[in-house]
Amino acid sequence: MHSWGKFVFTGVGLGLLIGVTLSMAGIYRGMVDDAKVLLDNSGADLWVVQKDTLGPYAESSSINDDAWRGIRGMPGVARVANITYLTMQVRQGERDVRTMVTGVTAGEPGTPGWPPYLVAGRQITRGHYEAVADIATGFKLGDRLQIRRNHYTVVGLTRRMVSSGGDPMVFVPLKDAQETQFLKDNDAIRQQRRRTAENPAFNRPEVPGLLDAVIASQSTNPYVNAVLVQIEAGHTPEAVAESIRRWKRLTVYTRSQMEEILVGKLIATSARQIAMFLVILSIVSAAIVAFIIYTLTLGKIREIAVLKLIGTKNRTIVGLIMQQAIALGLIGFVVGKITATLVMAPIFPKYVLLEPLDSVIGFVAVVVICALSSIIAIRAALKVDPAEAIGG
Amino acid sequence: MKNLPFQSRTLALLVVLLPLLALFVYVALRSGPLAPIPVTVVTVEERSLAPGLFGIGTVEARYTFKIGPTFAGRVKRLDVHVGDQVKAGQMLGEMDPVDLDERIRAQEAAYKRAGAQLSEARERQTYSQTQAWRYEQLLAARSTSEEIVTTKKHELQVAESGLSAAEEELTRVRAEREALVAQRNNLHLIAPVDGLVTVRNADPGTTVVAGQAVVELVDPMSLWVNVRFDQIHTRGLTANLPARIVLRSQAGELRTGRVLRVEPLADAVTEETLAKVVFDQLPEQRPPIGELAEVTVTLPTLPAAPVIPNAAIQHIDGRLGVWQVINGDLNFTPVSLGIADLEGYAQVRDGLKVGDQVVVYSANALNARRRVHVVDHIPGVKR
Repeated sequence: MHSWGKFVFTGVGLGLLIGVTLSMAGIYRGMVDDAKVLLDNSGADLWVVQKDTLGPYAESSSINDDAWRGIRGMPGVARVANITYLTMQVRQGERDVRTMVTGVTAGEPGTPGWPPYLVAGRQITRGHYEAVADIATGFKLGDRLQIRRNHYTVVGLTRRMVSSGGDPMVFVPLKDAQETQFLKDNDAIRQQRRRTAENPAFNRPEVPGLLDAVIASQSTNPYVNAVLVQIEAGHTPEAVAESIRRWKRLTVYTRSQMEEILVGKLIATSARQIAMFLVILSIVSAAIVAFIIYTLTLGKIREIAVLKLIGTKNRTIVGLIMQQAIALGLIGFVVGKITATLVMAPIFPKYVLLEPLDSVIGFVAVVVICALSSIIAIRAALKVDPAEAIGG
Repeated sequence: MKNLPFQSRTLALLVVLLPLLALFVYVALRSGPLAPIPVTVVTVEERSLAPGLFGIGTVEARYTFKIGPTFAGRVKRLDVHVGDQVKAGQMLGEMDPVDLDERIRAQEAAYKRAGAQLSEARERQTYSQTQAWRYEQLLAARSTSEEIVTTKKHELQVAESGLSAAEEELTRVRAEREALVAQRNNLHLIAPVDGLVTVRNADPGTTVVAGQAVVELVDPMSLWVNVRFDQIHTRGLTANLPARIVLRSQAGELRTGRVLRVEPLADAVTEETLAKVVFDQLPEQRPPIGELAEVTVTLPTLPAAPVIPNAAIQHIDGRLGVWQVINGDLNFTPVSLGIADLEGYAQVRDGLKVGDQVVVYSANALNARRRVHVVDHIPGVKR
């Protein structure tokens, strides 16, 4: 216990490293959780999307906005709602924020797609130009947002409503969102009109009104990205999904399939990156612990020789070094858990979810790694010749 | 004293490690999934709601007049431009008559000729009448043959037929001339009412087909807003309800109006109901036709009833309801809701009574197993 200060500081240093490791695991859990809350928040049991696409989150999908009527009539369907998703920059005054603009069907709270809970304000009541924003966007109640050329008033705030990429969501009425997805800038619209007007097939003087009709039909967007379906009690999602697939010839995903798509496909690369980092960090931690224990052991080599000289059993010496290594690991783990929770998670730009089970696994891993890393030091200690105590 | 350094070292170690351990326990229990969720509660109040309906529409003119020729032709002149005020009966322009004037002149000549022919026929008839009368006298005096008298009578009848043919011919030619003049006048583009020129589709020299509008007029006093309401929110929409209109160009300025009529035909594709809203008083600066307007229709105020904020309403397992905190535990209470207003309040028909406390905001999704912690406002929300 001569160098306890050094020991504790080493433990703290190791703790910061473990903190980073735990945060890494937390980032992965956060990513999975982002995907899950995205599915939870939509409140849907089934997602009906364009045929043969992985929409609406992993791929783009568009279906006609009246497709819901047919789906509503299928047996086992309790509630349906159109929805659109578009990731874009939303401007507020001078700054702009990357968000996922979600168009929700008009109705009452509880309609699929609506934010399930708020932290301030109220839900959308008007059919146009109101928005509920995630608190991570930094918007406040009453702020005026600009999406394309229209202005929206923030009437409610919510929390943890993010896209699978972690972008905060902004909920707006569906009709506005459809327009947002489709609406070009005025210059593009004018050029499109000019192109149409120059096409002799559309601009026929003997048919007055044809050009206007063609332009009007070009300026609408009768599409949405998906139809969210809630099923009636007593029906299984798979059976309802199968009948929609069969009779409506659309692709339908159940909750578990959607989770598979989001977790298995959308964030797979990021997850592998993080797994790689976890492995590297574990190796680095192990190397550091091994190195520290080895140095500390070498520093006490004379004392160990004395111990050997007075006839101490090898087991006791091994126990001492092992204890030291595990104590170091424990201090490191405690410091790591505290820094990960109080320092790293709040300042990290993405959501970091520290799960208790991960902490337990981390704890076991730290103890095992420390025990294994002390092997080199133990070997060194056991090889010491008791004569060194006298000679040196 | 010999033990002291060791003891103080142990003490120092404890001073470092114990708070660390305490902090660790705190961190493990108070953050992450095990931590209680901050929620705010609100009391169910008895309040009267003034529900409203919100829609957007475009400013349109009630009366639009499309003025153009009834025959295909070429525009000869067009005296008015977009933005001009015109009076009823004012000539706005004229189509090229091509040969119509010459044909009218030809008809005039034909008319004169028919007139001359008429006077000739009249002379002939007078003469025939005199002759017939004279020969009848001679026959009475037995100084001519009966055959000659019969011939003279026949000549008189022929002359009378000739006269009426000439008269009808004159009428015909006059009518034809009048038809041509009417056609000629029809080439004038005349304003049917006092109005404002909004479109000028063709310039002089352009050929247009029959029925194609050359000029469009609107009656600027007849502006209204063609409003579209989502069908899901149109309960109670009827004519004569008061409305507030905000024009896109004059945001922040409220104008009053009323619902003139709700269209009997709804838009089946966009799932919207259409209504026409008129201004109580037209803005001094007339909004351009086609300008976007936001319209809020005020429905009659409802009698007082228990109301809750719509943020409190949750949809769990197919049931609408609210979370209540009872003895520190969460409890889901199904409710049935009545009418909601635009300010985010909804009437509760069943399930709650005045004075009940319900969870309105929460920092996370709630379920019956989660611990909650009632706060004034959710941490992190900027005021």
